Amino acid sequence: MNNGHIIQIRDLRKVYRLGKVDVPALRGVDLSVPPGEFLAIVGPSGSGKSTLFHIIGGLTPPTSGTVRVAGQELPGMTGAGRTNLRKRTVAFVFQKFNLLPNLTARDNIAVARYLAGMDSKPGPEFEEILRLLGIASRLDHKPSALSGGEQQRVAIARALVRNPAILLADEPTGNLDTENSKAVLEILRDLNERLGQTILMITHNPEAAAYGHRTVHMRDGRIVEGM
Amino acid sequence: MTAKIVLENLKHKPMRSLLSILLVGVPVTLILCLVGLSHGMLEDTQRRTRAIGADIIVRPPGSNLLSTGGAMPAAIAGALEKRPHVKMAVGVLNALVQGVDLYAAGIDLARFNRISGGFKLQSGASFQQPDDVMIDEYYASEKKARVGSYLNFLNRQWRVCGIYRGGMLSHIVFPLRVLQDVTEHANQVSQVYVKLDDPANTDAVIHSLKSDPGWGVYKLYSMDDFMALFSTNNIPGLREFVWVIVSIGVVIGFAVTCLSMYMAVLQRTREIGILKSLGASNAFVLRIVLAEAFIMGMGGTALGVVMSFGAWWLIRTLLPASIPMVIVPIWWLYALGITLVGTLLGALYPGLAAARHDPIEALAYE
Repeated sequence: MNNGHIIQIRDLRKVYRLGKVDVPALRGVDLSVPPGEFLAIVGPSGSGKSTLFHIIGGLTPPTSGTVRVAGQELPGMTGAGRTNLRKRTVAFVFQKFNLLPNLTARDNIAVARYLAGMDSKPGPEFEEILRLLGIASRLDHKPSALSGGEQQRVAIARALVRNPAILLADEPTGNLDTENSKAVLEILRDLNERLGQTILMITHNPEAAAYGHRTVHMRDGRIVEGM
Repeated sequence: MTAKIVLENLKHKPMRSLLSILLVGVPVTLILCLVGLSHGMLEDTQRRTRAIGADIIVRPPGSNLLSTGGAMPAAIAGALEKRPHVKMAVGVLNALVQGVDLYAAGIDLARFNRISGGFKLQSGASFQQPDDVMIDEYYASEKKARVGSYLNFLNRQWRVCGIYRGGMLSHIVFPLRVLQDVTEHANQVSQVYVKLDDPANTDAVIHSLKSDPGWGVYKLYSMDDFMALFSTNNIPGLREFVWVIVSIGVVIGFAVTCLSMYMAVLQRTREIGILKSLGASNAFVLRIVLAEAFIMGMGGTALGVVMSFGAWWLIRTLLPASIPMVIVPIWWLYALGITLVGTLLGALYPGLAAARHDPIEALAYE
């Protein structure tokens, strides 16, 4: 079940248990993503977009179905296995940036490399990414001293510093103004085109979704369009 | 990188960190002061007893290190002086005059000076009148007393006739006869100090006395054996008391760290989620919490040691005679161990709670 796809999902189901009630979040998702694709996922709140990301990113296990990410089968994977997946294979960019507030931008990036077990100093190609992101002069500031756009660029740099196979961007422009949103989306597209970075991006915004090669629509825990 | 995260965490909430370190330091100070007091009292008594220069000490039956257990006839001194190799024997009566551990000594000054080489008077003179008392420089400093001052002991006023250099027998000395009358121990003493013609005869004299049925009931010690008894292990209940205080120290360190780290973990729930989304393992999250507790334990111990020096200085300044506290450096290590056990145990629960955080819930935490 590889067929050259970096992500292959078949009949993925996820049920959360809230108290004594089972709440289905995914009701049979099928999705294939080739390497280097920039895929936009859109859908209303509660449609299961974030749950799909959390499963692909190894933050939570699937209830049933088949999920293969960069050659690794996620169903049955242990907690330690999912931790390793987050270390080396997938990286997140969140709507709320989620930088560590006590550390400078430079240290936020260094932490990601450290946790991945990589050398503390990134290679010259990362300098190119920093130049592309335009944050080289802001690295010694803490998040509280950075604008939203700068924080999101640092978060992208943190995600890319480990050379992940897949970048999962969960509404990366949700907390940004129009100008910064456009800048971040262009950076993502640039990264995809220049580095061949596989990117999956959740968004509510059709204009943002248009930056992707392809858009899939989710509703009620299923992909209803664009499979 | 772990160290950087931990240090930045501590710096991020400096007041919480400093208060935690202070609260961890308080039981360390408590432990060090208690140990310093017990060692100080023993060393002080040991030093003052050795300074007398006797070779043998004779004490009443039933006496122990802290208590003479009663009195014995003063005539024993005379009887001892008739034994072979005994050059001189001097009886001393002890009386508790303040608190639970400040004893005064009643002496025949002329005879005591002969056996000991005499008190070194810094001011005043020896006993002139029945209500005269001599005190050492430490007690004079503590009571701000001078020659001619009056002090109250045993429900009587006593005139300070002389102040002598500290370090021998007792902080306070009375004429033997007067103290015997006041304490209703006529013709009795608490112990007899025996000087031999040659210290090499000590064992032989003790053996001779012990084999004599009349002397066998008394406690007989060579000075070296008596000094060897001055250990915390030989004070009834002291070791247990120290362990109780040590246990309290562990519990306080545990409780302070548990509370502090639990609050810190709650405050940093989202950060824990971020670290986990970056691939931090449960062990890494636990390590961060334990490392922070470790630093708090180290800092608390260091602060506790500094505060114990403050307590030592204060006690030495205010109560140099009543509470002879000393600094016992080896206990810094013990205190560090005790504190680290308490703080690391205290950090374990919040650390495990942090490690077990569900990353999705942690990321959603506001």
